[in-house]
Amino acid sequence: MRKFVSLAKPVARLAEEFNKLPGIGPKNAQRLTYYLLRSPDEEAKALAEAIWALKEKIKLCSVCFNITDQDTCSICQDKERDHSKICVVEKPSDILPLERTGKYNGVYHVLHGTISPAQGVAAEQLKVKELLYRLQDGSVTEVIVATNPNLEGETTAMYLQRIIMPLGIRISRLARGLPFGADLEYADDVTLGQALDHRQEF
Amino acid sequence: MGDPRSYQTESIVIKQTKLGEFDKIITFYTPEFGKLKAVAKGACRPVSKLGGNVEPLTYNLMLLAKGRNLDIVTQSQTIDAFLALKSDLWRMACGLYILELIDSFTMEKSENRPLFDLLLDTLHQLCQADSTELVLRYFELHLLHYLGYRPQLRRCVMCNSPLKPVVNFFSSSQGGVLCPYCNSKESRHGEPFASCHSEHVSQRPEQSEGEEFYRAHDRPGEAISLKSSYPLSVNALKILRLWQDCDYTTARRVKVKSELSSELEQVLQGYIVYLLQQKVKSVAWLEELKKPLDNHGRGD
Repeated sequence: MRKFVSLAKPVARLAEEFNKLPGIGPKNAQRLTYYLLRSPDEEAKALAEAIWALKEKIKLCSVCFNITDQDTCSICQDKERDHSKICVVEKPSDILPLERTGKYNGVYHVLHGTISPAQGVAAEQLKVKELLYRLQDGSVTEVIVATNPNLEGETTAMYLQRIIMPLGIRISRLARGLPFGADLEYADDVTLGQALDHRQEF
Repeated sequence: MGDPRSYQTESIVIKQTKLGEFDKIITFYTPEFGKLKAVAKGACRPVSKLGGNVEPLTYNLMLLAKGRNLDIVTQSQTIDAFLALKSDLWRMACGLYILELIDSFTMEKSENRPLFDLLLDTLHQLCQADSTELVLRYFELHLLHYLGYRPQLRRCVMCNSPLKPVVNFFSSSQGGVLCPYCNSKESRHGEPFASCHSEHVSQRPEQSEGEEFYRAHDRPGEAISLKSSYPLSVNALKILRLWQDCDYTTARRVKVKSELSSELEQVLQGYIVYLLQQKVKSVAWLEELKKPLDNHGRGD
């Protein structure tokens, strides 16, 4: 609050707002504010509208909880896609890289987090119940767990396995191995071990 | 001894937090320096050389460079990744629990070699197929010992008389066992630990005697129950006494019934919550996993 006290009130107010953003300190906030002060009216308006539209229009897809501006997201609406496969991801931004591979034609389910005992995040805080609800009608034949290969992602994956297995639905998870451009010498034991376990024939 | 700007140490990674786009701050426990924090640069990049070598629950050999603020991990090689532990939901939960205990009980840069050995030993124990919850109890008991909170189990902590083979009481505030006589005297006095924590404690009149509520400053609204004494059966006391002075191999030979096991859990975790004055968050997850999904329970 006191940081921008000597500035004119509207300037100080905007600078304070910028200052709240991640990675933006008081100096940066001031620079951005003065830049907008000097820039044409339309530009400032466009920014303000874009920010507001983001908050106003974006909601979560009622099926998969991806972010969307409609009731159901474009992926869930797509009739061409295979709705019998669900790929479970941690966050909406994980969908993009999976889509870029062009290899997956099923639908998604966003958990919005991972089970993290140390942070006190349990399964109830995630969209797990909603996933189970989607599995109820029997149209889904496979669940692909695409959580990150770290402790929390792994915990989440094993938990999903534990609750989905009894339903008789095939559950798989992304393979782990060496990333393109990696070096065997520096690979960690877990990854290298997995790469050996799941090696492929030519 | 080599370059003074860098040093090498064994370490067990406790946790990591993201720093910026690609870096991580990792917290780890070492035999020589206790708990440390360091930056692992580029650890989030897909082809990082550090990546999997600085994940929590791994035992590494690390080379660190002294930094102005935080030290920097320059190399890390995994000695043991505890794969058996990580491939099982229940055992991983146990692993995370003991890491949380270590993290919340220790201070940075305070060396405690026996504690490191205990941690390493416990993780190895958890990797074994037949490991049970008792490993956690053994860990808790010895953790308390190495931190200077070794519970007094031989004599009554109030009157110093030898304990008789009857149901005694474990008092968290006194850090040991009370004989039935002293316990009844204690609970009549009301707040036994009010003197040392008077500013934190608010006694609620509707609560039963001997049970008090503590409200942490930093977590408004999250009140935790701090029960000050628990009844301790003869068998539970015997097991605690035995475990206090034996190693894992001997401790494992003891067969403990589930009632007794939950009694031990209650007493030790009550003491731990009392000492930390906050909840151990991973406990909720352990409890959740203990709830049966019957056919798909823990361990498979």
